[in-house]
Amino acid sequence: MPELSNIEAITRTLQAEMRRDPRIFITGEDVGKRGGVFRVTKGLYEEFGERRVIDSPLAELSIVATGIGAALYGLRPIVEIQFADFIAPAFNQLVQEAARFRYRTNGEWTVPLLIRTPYGGGIGGGLYHSQSIEATYAHVPGLYVVAPSTPYDIMGLLRYALRVDDPVLFLEHKKTYRLIKGEAPDTDYMIPFGKADIKRVGSDITVIAYGLMLHETLQAAQELMREDISVEVVDPRTLNPLDRDTILSSVKKTGKALIVYEDNLTLGFGAEIAALLASEAFEYLDAPVMRVAGPDVPAMPYARTMQDFFMPNAQKIADALRKLYAY
Amino acid sequence: MTLALATDIPTTPQLLAPLHKQLGLHDDLALEMFWHMLLARRLDERMWILHRQHEVAFHISGIGHEATQVAAAYALKRGHDFIFPYYRDLCLTLALGLTPRAMMLAMYGKAGEPMSGARQMPAHYSARALNIVSISSPVATQIPQASGMALAMKYQNADQVVMTCFGEGSTAEGDFHEGLNWAGIFKLPVIFLCQNNQYAISSPVEREMPVKNVADRAVAYGMPGVIFDGNDFLEAYRALTQAVARARRGEGPTLLEAKMYRLSPHSSDDDDRTYRSRAEVEYWKQRDPLLLARKYCMENGLLDDARLEEFEQRARQIVDDANEFARNAPYPPPEEALNGVWGELPKF
Repeated sequence: MPELSNIEAITRTLQAEMRRDPRIFITGEDVGKRGGVFRVTKGLYEEFGERRVIDSPLAELSIVATGIGAALYGLRPIVEIQFADFIAPAFNQLVQEAARFRYRTNGEWTVPLLIRTPYGGGIGGGLYHSQSIEATYAHVPGLYVVAPSTPYDIMGLLRYALRVDDPVLFLEHKKTYRLIKGEAPDTDYMIPFGKADIKRVGSDITVIAYGLMLHETLQAAQELMREDISVEVVDPRTLNPLDRDTILSSVKKTGKALIVYEDNLTLGFGAEIAALLASEAFEYLDAPVMRVAGPDVPAMPYARTMQDFFMPNAQKIADALRKLYAY
Repeated sequence: MTLALATDIPTTPQLLAPLHKQLGLHDDLALEMFWHMLLARRLDERMWILHRQHEVAFHISGIGHEATQVAAAYALKRGHDFIFPYYRDLCLTLALGLTPRAMMLAMYGKAGEPMSGARQMPAHYSARALNIVSISSPVATQIPQASGMALAMKYQNADQVVMTCFGEGSTAEGDFHEGLNWAGIFKLPVIFLCQNNQYAISSPVEREMPVKNVADRAVAYGMPGVIFDGNDFLEAYRALTQAVARARRGEGPTLLEAKMYRLSPHSSDDDDRTYRSRAEVEYWKQRDPLLLARKYCMENGLLDDARLEEFEQRARQIVDDANEFARNAPYPPPEEALNGVWGELPKF
């Protein structure tokens, strides 16, 4: 199997899918000639032309709204929000429009719209190029939220997302774009929504993590192996729908759970998992459910020292796991 | 406001054909337009009564908007072009084929309401079979969506156009700006129809925008801005057909501004006596689009008293039937609230 990076996995899948389905077009800021500020759409303008790879005005609200209009017509638009931090002006279009068309028309009008956006910190992005937005959007019924973390998962989930008839928010951790490499077969395999993946099998503690934090967790788990602490790592892959069964059965097996996410702690995505464990796995828990997350400050500061302080990492995760193991 | 109103214009000299014929409308079509205006008005009036009788929770009215709306419906190719309406478009959606029964089911929130399955408040029009796209309550959101659909039509090289309607109040929203900006940049086949009824609930136009006309803004988006008398169904038809033709020829979007007056309060929960004078309302009642259309049809031999009475009776029957039908319909089962959130996921 060929090895490729997360960003290559996205680009190649977009290219193959556009060849497959003429209804797919891409729009967003700088996605055309420039190939995107991260170069995710590199080469697509050259292959598919300006009809199918459209540089948009700098206007997130209408990037999403025009995507909605085109999707209502029967096309399969892919829109890029350049940084997840900039999606706020499109909140109303995404939450109250895209995600509600099906419900508010009893299924008559649907919005098969894919919204891709890079999220997450650790790249010196400061307050407005580092945010994690998943909790806000995973709260919205009618909107799928996907957060794959490896090339294999990205390809399988992206293919699947382009066959789903409802809006999908596809979150790409920007620091993993070139950092994370992995193998993916040259086939058209798909990964369905709502299926978590156990990225590492263990017996003492379960960690639930996604995005860059998945990789930091795997590193911590490797480190703890030397201390004879066996960590199981569950990657939910899709946040809405959430694969409750896989999370529950892992925690029922280990009896201890840690949730790691990069967003600030309070009411982050980990809160929902903690609530799930409290209500469905209470009798199996041997320790309180713990969370490692960002501090409750507005967003990630720019200075390297403060950024590192904000970000959870393998060391902070390992420390939490030791505490949880000792409990 | 200085506008050439149909009432001020001297009767057309007989040397010229009547205006509807000049515009390519047969007698039957012009009369049909009047009929839709009349039916819409009677339906709307009954909805007000039902609210005052505490039969329904809410009504938002299109009274005063009928001339422009009926013209919009007749300017489009039905079932071919698409429309993103707004909440005052009772006459427009009625003329496009949405039934009085459907609208009454929406008033009562009863089972079988075809627009939203009784989930939305009344006047949130939608009908996929009629190419009427569903709307929400936050204003102007449909404007950039309409541009997106027009982009898709251009992408597919389709011989279709999109029309979207909104009030002048909506033009203060960012969605309006962004939607017109896209349409201008990409020369999209879309008609932006502003129904300027001079009030955003209680705020008069001067508090909504610093320019006199919504159409003045068109220059900023590289498209023509056209003002017309929105109380005159034929002047409206003239402006709308021109804008539709322009869009269909691939020449791009038009911003249309229909000048009119909101003859009713904003909604059933509003009391317009708190912010505008009765004299002002009375002034505009003399320019009621339904009266003007009736006058035109009478003067040009399309309508006489007997035919008008027949129309009134038919409208009453249709409104009675719709009301009875909806009153007697059951409510949706409570658990119905859980359905329709997600589509079926693909299997492989």
